Amino acid sequence: MNLFHAEDPLLQVHNVTRYYGDRIGCSEVSFDLWPGEVLAIVGESGSGKTTLLNCLSTRLAPTAGAIEYRMRDGAMRNLYQLTEAERRLLMRTDWGFVHQNAADGLRMSVSAGANVGERLMAVGARHYGNIRSTADDWLGRVEIDSERIDDDPRSFSGGMRQRLQIARNLVTQPRLVFMDEPTGGLDVSVQARLLDLLRRLVADLGLSVVIVTHDLAVARLLSHRIMVMRHGNVIETGLTDQVLDDPREPYTQLLVSSILQV
Amino acid sequence: MTDTARIPESLHEQGEYNFAYLDEQTKRMIRRAILKGIAIPGYQVPFASREMPMPYGWGTGGVQVTAAILGRSDCLKMIDQGSDDTTNAVSLRGFFEKTAGVRTTCETAEASIIQTRHRIPEKDLREDQILVFQVPIPEPLRFLEPRETETRKMHALEDYGLMHVKLYEDIAKNGHIATTYAYPVKVNDRYVMDPSPTPKFDNPKIDRMAALQLYGAGREKRIYAIPPYTKVKSLDFEDYPFEIQKFDKPCGLCGAENVYLDEVILDDKGGRMFVCSDSDYCEERRADGHLGPMAADPAAARVGNTRTGETIR
Amino acid sequence: MYVAVKGGEKAIRNAHKLTAKRRRGDTSVPALTLEQIAQQLAHSVARVMGEGSLYDETLAALAIKQARGDLIEAAFLMRAYRTTLPRFGYSTPVDTGTMLVERRISATYKDLPGGQVLGPTFDYSHRLLDFALAAEDDGAEQPVEMTDNDDQAMPRVTDLLGDEGLMEPDPVSDGGTPVGDLTREPLSFPADRDLRLQNLARGDEGFLLALAYSTQRGYGRTHPFAGEIRYGEVEVEFFAEELGFAVTLGAIKVTECQMVNQFAGSAQAAPTFTRGYGLVFGQAERKAMSMSMVDRSMRWQELGEEPVAPAQDVEFVLSHSDNIQATGFVEHLKLPHYVDFQAELDLVHRMRTEWFEKREQQEQGGAAQEAAQ
Repeated sequence: MNLFHAEDPLLQVHNVTRYYGDRIGCSEVSFDLWPGEVLAIVGESGSGKTTLLNCLSTRLAPTAGAIEYRMRDGAMRNLYQLTEAERRLLMRTDWGFVHQNAADGLRMSVSAGANVGERLMAVGARHYGNIRSTADDWLGRVEIDSERIDDDPRSFSGGMRQRLQIARNLVTQPRLVFMDEPTGGLDVSVQARLLDLLRRLVADLGLSVVIVTHDLAVARLLSHRIMVMRHGNVIETGLTDQVLDDPREPYTQLLVSSILQV
Repeated sequence: MTDTARIPESLHEQGEYNFAYLDEQTKRMIRRAILKGIAIPGYQVPFASREMPMPYGWGTGGVQVTAAILGRSDCLKMIDQGSDDTTNAVSLRGFFEKTAGVRTTCETAEASIIQTRHRIPEKDLREDQILVFQVPIPEPLRFLEPRETETRKMHALEDYGLMHVKLYEDIAKNGHIATTYAYPVKVNDRYVMDPSPTPKFDNPKIDRMAALQLYGAGREKRIYAIPPYTKVKSLDFEDYPFEIQKFDKPCGLCGAENVYLDEVILDDKGGRMFVCSDSDYCEERRADGHLGPMAADPAAARVGNTRTGETIR
Repeated sequence: MYVAVKGGEKAIRNAHKLTAKRRRGDTSVPALTLEQIAQQLAHSVARVMGEGSLYDETLAALAIKQARGDLIEAAFLMRAYRTTLPRFGYSTPVDTGTMLVERRISATYKDLPGGQVLGPTFDYSHRLLDFALAAEDDGAEQPVEMTDNDDQAMPRVTDLLGDEGLMEPDPVSDGGTPVGDLTREPLSFPADRDLRLQNLARGDEGFLLALAYSTQRGYGRTHPFAGEIRYGEVEVEFFAEELGFAVTLGAIKVTECQMVNQFAGSAQAAPTFTRGYGLVFGQAERKAMSMSMVDRSMRWQELGEEPVAPAQDVEFVLSHSDNIQATGFVEHLKLPHYVDFQAELDLVHRMRTEWFEKREQQEQGGAAQEAAQ
C-alpha cells in the first residue's frame, strides 16, 4: 500500500454536523482522507452515512463544522467557501460522484460517447475525433463494447449503466470519487463484476474514494479504512480488516455477525 | 353601481399615441437595457417588456427596441423572411408609419434602422445602420435546460459544456452538425448567444458586422446586443468546422450566387425554382440588368411580380 | 424605383374588413350594446377584466364585443390598452374584511358571525337548459327576498382562526421591501409571494383550474378546505401625498378565496393551518379558488415541504400561466417560417440522401456476401 507515502491529507473533515429541523442527520464527524485511500462509510439506512456523503461532496451544506480539500495547486480550501464557479469546476474535473441509481448520474437521452465526453467538453475540449477516441478508450476500460458508443444508456442494462457512469466520472482523471451504494440494486453476479472493475480502476488510478454502503462485503473488498455510523454518529473507525475481523463495538459486532464473511 | 352606459373620453382618442407608441419613460427604460446589452455583448439583459398591440411572439421585442431607438429623421425598413412584403412585415411597418410617421423604405442601403425576423440582408450593412432582430426564444440553452434559474447560472459560470454535447450528438448521429437555424454563437469569447432563428447561412454576417445589432425578445423580456465589429464565432469542433448552407443553383430570377434562396413551388408537377430570399437584393440586381436562368420562364413572371413574397388574396 | 408591393397590405386590409363584417353578423339582428354585455355576460366581463388586468366593465364589454366573444383576445385588447395608460401610483391595500358582501360562504364552519350568504350562484342549480330564456322577452323580473344583514359584521374566517392562533398570521408587509410589480419589472426567479400572487391573479383561468385540480388528485396534495369565499364590493383608496390622507377612488367588485390547509409544523413552527390566497376582479369563484390552491402549493419551500408536483414548480407555473403570452407564442406559428423551413428542408434532403446511400451500400455488401457464399 502506497497511501501513507503522501505527506498531506487530501480531505480534512472537522466536526461536520447536519440537522434536519430538530432531527440529527449526522453529528460531529471528523476524519482525514489521504491520497489513494479508500474509506468506506457503513451503517444501516438512517444511520447518517448518505447525509455525511452529501455534506462532503458539497451537495448539502452542513449545519456546523468545516470540510477542507487540497486543491491541485496544493492549497487547502474550505469547500463551503469556494465560489460557485470553483465548486462546479471541482465537481467536473477533480471529483467524481457515482450515484446508486445510474440514471441520476447520466444523461439518459444522449449517447454513451457524449456521456463520457461531456466533462471533456465542459473543460474546453473542442476536437470531436479526440473526444470520441477518449470516450471510446474509457468505454473499453469499463468493459463496454465500442459498438455501443452511439447508443443511449436507456438501452443499457443496469450493470452497463453503472459502468458507463463510472467512465463518465473518471474521464477527467479526478483525484477524489464519492460513491453512494454503487452496487446497490444490481444482481449478485453483476455486482461481483462491477466490484472487481472498481477495485482495479481505483488501484490503477490511485484514486481516493469515499464510498457509502450498507454492504460490508463491498467495504471489505474495496476499502482500506472503515467508518461505522449509527444514529448520526461515528461509533467505530479503523483499518477495514481490523474492524471487520475484530469489531470493538457491540453494534459493529452485530453488523459483522449478521453477514456472511467474504 | 357602475355606469356602464358612459364611454370614457379616451375611447374616442385612439390614434393619438406618443411618437412610436411607447411613452418616453418606457423608451428610456428600454434604452438603458440596450446600453447595458451593448456594454456586455451577448449577455441577455432582462427588461420590463410592455404589452404591445400585437401578440407576443409576433415581434413585440423587436418593435419595442425599434420604438425606443427610432428618431423622426430615421428611415425604417421592415423585413420578415428576408422580404418587405410578407404579411407581418407589412403589418409592423404600418404600425410605425401610423404611430411614428417616419419614412419607410424597402431599400437596404437607404434604411437607418432595419427590423428583421429570420434573415439578415445580403448587402453589407454600414456603421450608420442598426439591425434589430425579433427574437422568440433568446436563451440558446433553453432546449437543453428549461430552467431559467439554471441557465442564468450556466452563463454566469461560462458552463457551456452541454452546448457542445448537443453538437457532439449531432455529429455522432448524423455525421454532421444538424442545426440549420438559430445556430448558437459565442460573442466576444464570452457569452453563448442565440442569433434568433436566422438560417446559419447568415451567421458569418454577424461576425464583425459594421452595424450595431440589437436583439429584442418581448415575451421572454430580454434584450441583447452585438456592438459593431465584435467577434462572433459559431460553435463547432476543430475537426468539424462550422459551415453554411450552399445552394447549387443561382437565383432563378437575378442569377445571384452565394445568397440564401427560397424554394418556390411552381406547379403540382414538381416544378420548382429557387429565388433570393432577400427580395430587395433580387429586385436591385434585376434592375441593374442581371438575369437568372429562369427569368424568362413564364412561370417565373408570377414569382418575380410578387417579389418572392407570399401570394395572398 | 420600386414602390413597395402592397399585395400583402391590401390583403390584410381586406381581411380586417371581412372580420368586422363577420363580427357584426346579420345586420337584421340588432347589434349588441356594451350595456347588454356588461349586464348580462358578467362572468365574461369579470374574466376579461381579471386576465386583462384592468378593472373597467365598459371597456371589457367593448373588448368582448370587438373580439367576437373570444375572451383571451378580449383580455389581450385590455392589456394592450392598459399598457398605454399613465400610472399615478399604487392604491392602498383593499380591506376585504369591510367588503359590502353579496355572497359569503364557508365550508369550514356551519355557522359563523355574519352567517353564510348564498347570494348569486350557479351552485345547487340544476343544469337544465332553461328554454324560457330562449324566448324573445326574458325580462320578467322575479322579486328576490333579501335578508337584511346590513348591521352584522362579517369577519373573515381566517381572522377567526387567527384569533385562536390556529392560522398562520397574515404576512406583515415590511416597509423596507416594496411590493414588486411584474408589469414594471421583468419576472425573475426565485419569485416571492407578492409576484406569484400578481402573476396568478392575471393567469389563465383554465390553466390554474387544471393545476388546482391536479393537486386534488395527488400531485402535490395540500389538504385544502374552502375556509371562505366572499364576493362583493370593496372601496379602493389612494394615499394622496399632497393631502396627507387616503381618498376613495371608487368601488370594485372582487372575489376573495382563502383556502385553509394543513401544516404539520416544523422544529421552528408549531402545527397550524396555513392559507392559500386568491383574489380576482368581479365574480370569478372558480378562478379565485384555483388561484388560492396553486398559491398554497407554491409555498412548499417556505413550509419545508417536498416539491414533487407541477403545481409546486414556481418557475413552471409562473412562466406558463399568462394566456396572452401563451396564445401569442402558440399562434405565432402561423407566421411565415419559410426561411427556417428551407434550412430544414435542405437538411432533411441531405440526411435522406445519406440514408439511402448507406442502405444501398449495405444491400450491395449483403448481395456480394451472398454471391461469395
